Amino acid sequence: MIRVNNLKKSFGEGDKRIIVLEDFNSHMERGQITSIIGGSGSGKSTVLKHLIGAYRPDSGEIWIDGEEVTQLRGAAINNVRKKFGIMFQSGALFNSLTVEDNVALPMREHTNLNESTILIMVKMKLEMVGLRGAEHLKPAQLSGGMVKRIALARAIALDPKIVFYDEPSAGLDPISIGVIDKLIIDLSKKMGITSVVVTHEIPSAMRISDKIIMLFKGKIIAEGTPDEIRNSDDPRVTQFIEGSPDGPIPFSKSLTDYGEELKEMSRV
Amino acid sequence: MVRSFFGFIGRRGFEFTGVFEDFFKEISGLYNLTRATLYCTFIEPLRGKPIKWRPVWTQMEEVGVKSTTIVFLVSFLIGVILAFQSAHQLSRLGALEFVGALVGVAILRELGPLMTALVMAGRVGAAFTAEMGTMKVSDEILALEIMALNPVKFLITPRFIALLIMLPCLTIMADLMGILGGFLIGTTTLGIDPVTYINNSLDAMVIKDVVTGLVKSAVFAVIIVMVGSYMAFIIEGGAEMVGQNTRTAVVVSMILVIIADLVFTSLFFFVT
Repeated sequence: MIRVNNLKKSFGEGDKRIIVLEDFNSHMERGQITSIIGGSGSGKSTVLKHLIGAYRPDSGEIWIDGEEVTQLRGAAINNVRKKFGIMFQSGALFNSLTVEDNVALPMREHTNLNESTILIMVKMKLEMVGLRGAEHLKPAQLSGGMVKRIALARAIALDPKIVFYDEPSAGLDPISIGVIDKLIIDLSKKMGITSVVVTHEIPSAMRISDKIIMLFKGKIIAEGTPDEIRNSDDPRVTQFIEGSPDGPIPFSKSLTDYGEELKEMSRV
Repeated sequence: MVRSFFGFIGRRGFEFTGVFEDFFKEISGLYNLTRATLYCTFIEPLRGKPIKWRPVWTQMEEVGVKSTTIVFLVSFLIGVILAFQSAHQLSRLGALEFVGALVGVAILRELGPLMTALVMAGRVGAAFTAEMGTMKVSDEILALEIMALNPVKFLITPRFIALLIMLPCLTIMADLMGILGGFLIGTTTLGIDPVTYINNSLDAMVIKDVVTGLVKSAVFAVIIVMVGSYMAFIIEGGAEMVGQNTRTAVVVSMILVIIADLVFTSLFFFVT
């Protein structure tokens, strides 16, 4: 369904050039849930932004549903985009519209369905995420978990083949995380939706994924089923899934030596 | 020595090029956005993608109907002030009864369109930048793009049509209110005979004055919408940038409105 070949991306120019993604290769199969995990700054959001066409790679190919998408523009990229839905980390619901209008928006714009059919379909989507009855609320009146569920309802409004989830469970309580996890599993198993989840919630990723890709500093360091990841003997992977502060992945992001820097400051 | 001098010149030259480069980048960005907006507003409906009118009505209410109070107030007071100011000078020439003519022509040709545009740049242009800028910051504009919806068509076109229609309408109302303000002061405080006042005014004002005023206000509408939207679309970062760009949008659109006013006034002066 989605195949990524040798994706490379760097930001900045000259000596400030930072490589954020190096040789990312992956294959996400139809109806399966692939999770991309990694610490902050590991490049997992960059992968997602490439997949949805928000960034252009320096080199590499992305095939979505048999089409190479990195070079597409205008109407061609829009045709690809109609095949997928995305649930943003912040939800990115339109604050000026009600929940009903938010979910109805893709249908109103991309289909010729009449208004009453659209309203029925909106109700169905809201029932799927368990929020039927919230139609006339504004996003500002919803809690964080509800915003994400509405965002999911909007993402699946056009019955997409692929759904991307950006941090679906970040900042939610355990029960909401469980609800979102169940929704993601249901969607991919019952409707055959290919799901790509970018997350750093390890328990959630372990529960839902068919395949987990772990990124570290822009490179894939582990790839496999949840069990394979759990039993991995790479110390970086074990440190990440156990969440231990000591290990090969440093806590501090600073590049200079702490003692030297303090000495430098006292000299002035 | 010589070398370092040329090195200095070269560096300064390079810095200047940087400034010019930034300037032209902004200009070309604004131009491209305007072109995209014109395309979405006027060409796409002809190619079978009709404009949705509901958001246009909402925006017309927002930018037009709700601006009437402030526009009325400002233009009425401008009319009053203008009558007072000109009365003093004209009475020294013994031409007090021509206050009406002066107020009428000044309002119709210049102050009506200009003051309305400046008030709207502050009221509406700022609102455009703040609203769309917040959408940009909270990923809503990215969400539109990913949903294969054109943010230009979705966000700018309704505002563009609304202001393009409402600004000339507001200008006409501002003209009337300004003339009314002058009339009230002229016939009461200044003691000019109402019939003489009206006759003198009508003699001085021609329909061309109204038309040139309306042409100008349509141009001002384009400037206010495009600067406001462009400043919103280039926002990267957070709330701080929204505030900064809102301020820049108001300042830039006011300056551009004045410049456009100058260009069109001199154009009408020489051509007609």
